[in-house]
Amino acid sequence: MPYKSIAKAAAKYDVVVIGSGLGGLTTANRLANAGHRVLLVEHHHRLGGLATWFKRKGHIFDISLHGFPHGMIKTCRKYWNRAIMDSIVQLNNIVFDNPQFTIRTTFDKEDFTSILTNRFKVDRASVDDFFNTVAGMNFYDDRTMTTRELFEQFFPGRGDVHRLLMEPISYANGSNFNDPAITYGIVFSNFMNKGVFTFSGGTDKLIEMMVEELEKNGVTICTNSRAERIVIDRGRVRGVEIDGRFIEAACVVSNAGILNTIDDLAGRASFSAEFLEKIKPVQVNNSSCQVYMGIREGERLDDVGDLLFTSTAPAYDVDEMLDMETRSRTFSLYYPKTRPGHDRYTVVASMNARYDDWAALPEERYREEKEKMIERSLVDLERYIPDIRQKCDWLEAATPRTFQRYTLHTKGTSFGTKFEGLEVSRTLFNDVKGLFHVGSVGIIMSGWLGAINYGVIVANDADAYLRS
Amino acid sequence: MTRDEIKDVILEIIQDIDEDGEVENLNADEPLRDQLDLDSMDFLDIVMELRKRYQLQIPEGDYPELASLASCVNYLEPRLKDV
Repeated sequence: MPYKSIAKAAAKYDVVVIGSGLGGLTTANRLANAGHRVLLVEHHHRLGGLATWFKRKGHIFDISLHGFPHGMIKTCRKYWNRAIMDSIVQLNNIVFDNPQFTIRTTFDKEDFTSILTNRFKVDRASVDDFFNTVAGMNFYDDRTMTTRELFEQFFPGRGDVHRLLMEPISYANGSNFNDPAITYGIVFSNFMNKGVFTFSGGTDKLIEMMVEELEKNGVTICTNSRAERIVIDRGRVRGVEIDGRFIEAACVVSNAGILNTIDDLAGRASFSAEFLEKIKPVQVNNSSCQVYMGIREGERLDDVGDLLFTSTAPAYDVDEMLDMETRSRTFSLYYPKTRPGHDRYTVVASMNARYDDWAALPEERYREEKEKMIERSLVDLERYIPDIRQKCDWLEAATPRTFQRYTLHTKGTSFGTKFEGLEVSRTLFNDVKGLFHVGSVGIIMSGWLGAINYGVIVANDADAYLRS
Repeated sequence: MTRDEIKDVILEIIQDIDEDGEVENLNADEPLRDQLDLDSMDFLDIVMELRKRYQLQIPEGDYPELASLASCVNYLEPRLKDV
């Protein structure tokens, strides 16, 4: 069992991992597997970072389970274990509903090709060309082309096609038309490979299985343990101060936000002027709002789809999607199949949001805005589940302030940073020997699959340092 | 290690990564990626496993040397001669 404070940790480890998002968990597991002594600390009482859940009145609400690409199967087998891999199942019913089109799809290349040619009447050659182009994209390729330019090149003037291609990815990682085409291509291709998948048993089961594996591999885990400062001396990591205790370690992997790591944990004084220049263009991504709806025990919902990308806005519009009163939201429907044996239904509405819009509100106004958001979400969901209000016995909202409180992320970002953050994250250790960062950066290292794979990449860097 | 021993180690590591891959009949001079279901993450796994087993540090710039079975063996032979 994880310790509930830092008190029982040893005085010294080979490596301390700060934060237990999927990236931090994976780095800890890989390094332990490679034979290092690892301490994993988490400020919250629960592990998982944004891969989390909460319980209310018998309901279990998943925050970010929504759906991930097929690549998770191989990734979980290689970097976790077979039991985790075996719990991954496909979601077949992805629904789009907006004034431009209503579609039901398996969200894979074959089905999208058919939809684009038959329904949107795009010629087959352009569709094939588009898929081949995005599938061939690498993160080190030229990134001057924006996603908007990519769409215009293959589907000029087709706002409806652009919306079909962009909207789900905006919900997946906060990116939009203005972000580099390569970030779009890499993430979109991951999903188009074989469709959308989920974890049978829910987020709580996944994290429980990961903790079991970490403990089997000898990782010491301390929750309710907040890292205050990474101690750096003459350009080298010496350890971490955690709730007043100094833990010695030559290597620290921070799974805090990249800007939190630089500003709050290491301190800017630890870095060269040249490196600080590189940080300037780093932008944190937007945050999110969510509305959680618990269905009363004994009630059931018809299958209206697993993921519903809905909007009543006339067209895809970056600002509209971030607005406090956005008319665009994703409904994630969790049927009893999500947690076999737990015979309950929940619905989670997710919206993109700006931290600054919510942070400034006085308390009373903040509560009112949350109520209004719940009401707008119910009105939208009534189009698919007309009697949702009668079936619901729990309603609750989260805002960028909620995300900030639980993750401590700069401006409550739910998708890390835009593209520039990747380079900064990858080169921290050039300035401070033994300091590494893992977490959502660069858009492509975001989402469950991106976070886990990035955890493996960073574990390799840290392992190379530890053995040097 | 001899060239044959190095080859066996590489095949063993690859088999762990790509369980369904047919590693017995690989063409040594063709890229591994064209013959097996390997991606860039898999090559990182090979690098990390070699470091774990033989303390061998392979810099990122040398990753292309691992492209085919033959180039792997050529690259590793002088580096593993005392193992």
